[in-house]
Amino acid sequence: MLDARGLVRRRLGLRLWLSGGWLLLLLFAALLAPWIAPHNPLEQDLFTSRLPPFWMPGAEPGYWLGTDSLGRDVLSRIMHGARIALIVAFIAGTATMLIGATLGLIAGYYRGWADIVISRLIDIWMAFPPVLFAILLIAVMGPGLTSVIVAIIVIDWTRFARVVRAEAMTQGAMDYVASARVAGQRRLGTMLTEILPNVLPTIGVLLTLEMGIAVIVEAILSFVNLSISTDAPTWGGMIAEGRLAIHQAWWVLVFPLITLFLTVLSFSQLGEGLKDRYDPVLR
Amino acid sequence: MLLRRILTRLLTTLVTLLGVSVVVFVVIRVVPGNPIAMMLPPGATQADIDRLNALYGFDRSIAEQYVIWLGGVLQGDFGTSIQARQPVLRLVLNRLPATLELSIMALVIAVVLGGFLALTGTRLRGSRGEGAIDVTNGMALSVPDFLWGLVLILVFGVLWPVFHISGRVSPQYIQEFTTNFFLFESVLRLRLDLWLDLVSHMLMPALALAIPLAAIIGQLLKQSLKETMHLDYVTLARTKGYRENHVILREALPNAVLPTLTLIGVQFTFLIGGTVIIERLFSYEGLGNMAIDAVINRDLPLIQGIVILFAVLFTAINLIVDLLYAVLNPRLRHA
Amino acid sequence: MSAFLSIRNLSAAIRGGPRLLRAVSLDVEVGEVRGLVGESGAGKSMIGKAVLGILPRAVEVVAGEIWLDGVDLLRLRPAERRRRIGATAALIPQDPLTALNPSRRIGRQITDRLVDILGWRRGAAEARALELLNEVRVPEPERVMRAYPHELSGGMRQRVLIASAFAAEPKLIVADEPTTALDVTVQKQILRLIAQMQARHGTALLFVTHDLGVVSKVCGSLSVLYGGLVVEETSVRDFFRAPAHPYSAALLAATPKYTDPAAGLNPVPAAVIDAVRAEVAAADRNWPHG
Repeated sequence: MLDARGLVRRRLGLRLWLSGGWLLLLLFAALLAPWIAPHNPLEQDLFTSRLPPFWMPGAEPGYWLGTDSLGRDVLSRIMHGARIALIVAFIAGTATMLIGATLGLIAGYYRGWADIVISRLIDIWMAFPPVLFAILLIAVMGPGLTSVIVAIIVIDWTRFARVVRAEAMTQGAMDYVASARVAGQRRLGTMLTEILPNVLPTIGVLLTLEMGIAVIVEAILSFVNLSISTDAPTWGGMIAEGRLAIHQAWWVLVFPLITLFLTVLSFSQLGEGLKDRYDPVLR
Repeated sequence: MLLRRILTRLLTTLVTLLGVSVVVFVVIRVVPGNPIAMMLPPGATQADIDRLNALYGFDRSIAEQYVIWLGGVLQGDFGTSIQARQPVLRLVLNRLPATLELSIMALVIAVVLGGFLALTGTRLRGSRGEGAIDVTNGMALSVPDFLWGLVLILVFGVLWPVFHISGRVSPQYIQEFTTNFFLFESVLRLRLDLWLDLVSHMLMPALALAIPLAAIIGQLLKQSLKETMHLDYVTLARTKGYRENHVILREALPNAVLPTLTLIGVQFTFLIGGTVIIERLFSYEGLGNMAIDAVINRDLPLIQGIVILFAVLFTAINLIVDLLYAVLNPRLRHA
Repeated sequence: MSAFLSIRNLSAAIRGGPRLLRAVSLDVEVGEVRGLVGESGAGKSMIGKAVLGILPRAVEVVAGEIWLDGVDLLRLRPAERRRRIGATAALIPQDPLTALNPSRRIGRQITDRLVDILGWRRGAAEARALELLNEVRVPEPERVMRAYPHELSGGMRQRVLIASAFAAEPKLIVADEPTTALDVTVQKQILRLIAQMQARHGTALLFVTHDLGVVSKVCGSLSVLYGGLVVEETSVRDFFRAPAHPYSAALLAATPKYTDPAAGLNPVPAAVIDAVRAEVAAADRNWPHG
């Protein structure tokens, strides 16, 4: 019994280390991509098209993970793709958190009309298929990094709003909040000093999960060719190309897919790990 | 009491649907590109464009357009697709069965798989087996359907090509069907060949949709089962001489299943939402695939129709789950 | 092994951890009612659970024998042990509110063992259940058979559980604090009912309780436990006349007298506790796991 618990602790630690390690590696690759990527990610060379990865016959030195049908280096494209993925993850994740959590906090603590309006909006949003909504938004705003980020915020603010609203409602009903109010604190003050700190761990966990989701949404959008621009190195775009040439050059699909898989898994495992470790509410 | 609950739920559902239609309408009309201009051959004059704009009503204000559109919708007229030049309602209803069949198949797979994981996990609780199931669940849960789809394409389409990874049915069979519920029809007509071909096409996209939901079901149901296994009536059943499997299935499961049932309702709408990209990935001719085409082609009336249909589907499922819960709960309230 | 239930040197421990039962030995003859008395944590419930094969997963039997009807249960394969316990023993649980499955009808919960484990026909099992419900004086037994647990009061549910325990004519019943969770007024009725049923059916009864007042009413003999150790084993008459062990005496002195409520409570003296703790420690001297 006691042993088993120790085992779980250790595994949690390992989980945090592995996912955090991968994300750090990715961050490193993204920051230094212009200097350490072996090739220009946009450089086409039809003489070196569809080169296999380094361990296969026919591989060319310097093209570690092979090249795509236009002769672009897969490894370099993955590294530059990480820049876009991480920019989207951080900016869209944070912005979604700020907007969603604020609305959730207001709805959950102030109740009344604010809650009615925000809850109804959440209901309406829940009736949209999110991916279709995002695609529609990009079509409306035109492709580009900003559009992708805005689309993610617009489709996903409800995730924060829902959880934070429920959490703020529970916290708001507790005695310490009432006593703060009795002590003469104003509502806004109470919300910021009494409620917010107790909801913060939950928000933090949701943020890491949201970053993973943002990466996926960006990949999906570039997969349907609506993300940035057609030749920008995005993981989703690479996957879409790889999907078409899957029988001729599987590596064009497999490597970005593995990268995306590990990244999404890491973000969510990081969130789960943090939740198990630090969050008194979700635990 | 129940009636009142039904009425309020119906009312909020209606408000939600109206809200959805307003949002779609407003979002779509901010589209910068002119869809009409794209439809016409390059030599078209401004007069031609104006004529078509008037025909589709794009020359009026958004509010006017909305009122006209809503009036049409209330009479069952969702407008005409710009691309296909057919009534939106007909196009959408033609595709709906494909998406419904895929979603329901995915749901069934998720329930079976998730139930199996939960029961096995409960059976093996406290052992390494349970740990393995927890890790599997955690992985399956944190990776979304889109990625599972790609992995399945790679594994069962390329490395070990046993299933179809593109389309809904092999071309030679398309003429065989008289309805759009292919899978359903193949079963009713006892056509095993058709059924096998359909399943071979649908299994991979359905599995991709099912894996995350199966993990959620597995996790929640296992947790409720484990809590139930500690209760006195379960212990009492053990003293009667019953096997562990019997104790789990008959004593614990019926009392542990309700939270999972509610969850499945909500998650089913998420699953249907996932069909949009999964259908695209597997070139499956359903609503979602049509929706993405409609967005790319800027086929405004069609987009509206599809989004509204999805919204109707989602809210209807939520409504049904709510009512089902209200009906189921009194008997199990004391559980 | 003349006794119907004979526990020999039974030791149980939390896996890799401290001992909960320390070489416990006790016999229950056919038709005998033996009380197991002790404070909470003394291990009295553990003994009942060990006999019925429902020890918590974290607890394991490390040594000893449990002879039930001439067979050492601990030497049987799990499936055979389960079947054997189901066929010869039964449990009257502590809390009637949680011991019935909320989603199954009362009738099925009484007849299930008869049909599934003992191979009775359903009709015969139902007739038997009705007979037992009448015997435990449940009003409208036909209606109760079709009812769900939440439709019955706590006292009624305990009667149902008693009927269920006696339905298969088990030779041994373990009653685990069967009245603790009930209202005081209901407690007396249920106690009297258990005693009557036991006398009528001649069942051996292992009665786990912390309440010496209950023991004096129901039991013929008793074992006093402290820290998983049997400190005294005697007949009820001798016990109440002159307890042999100082701890037993202190326990008896600490029990409020129904006859003389004004006498008040006398807590167990510290010296007695120290002495009995030393005994427990002595029992552990040869225990390897500490």
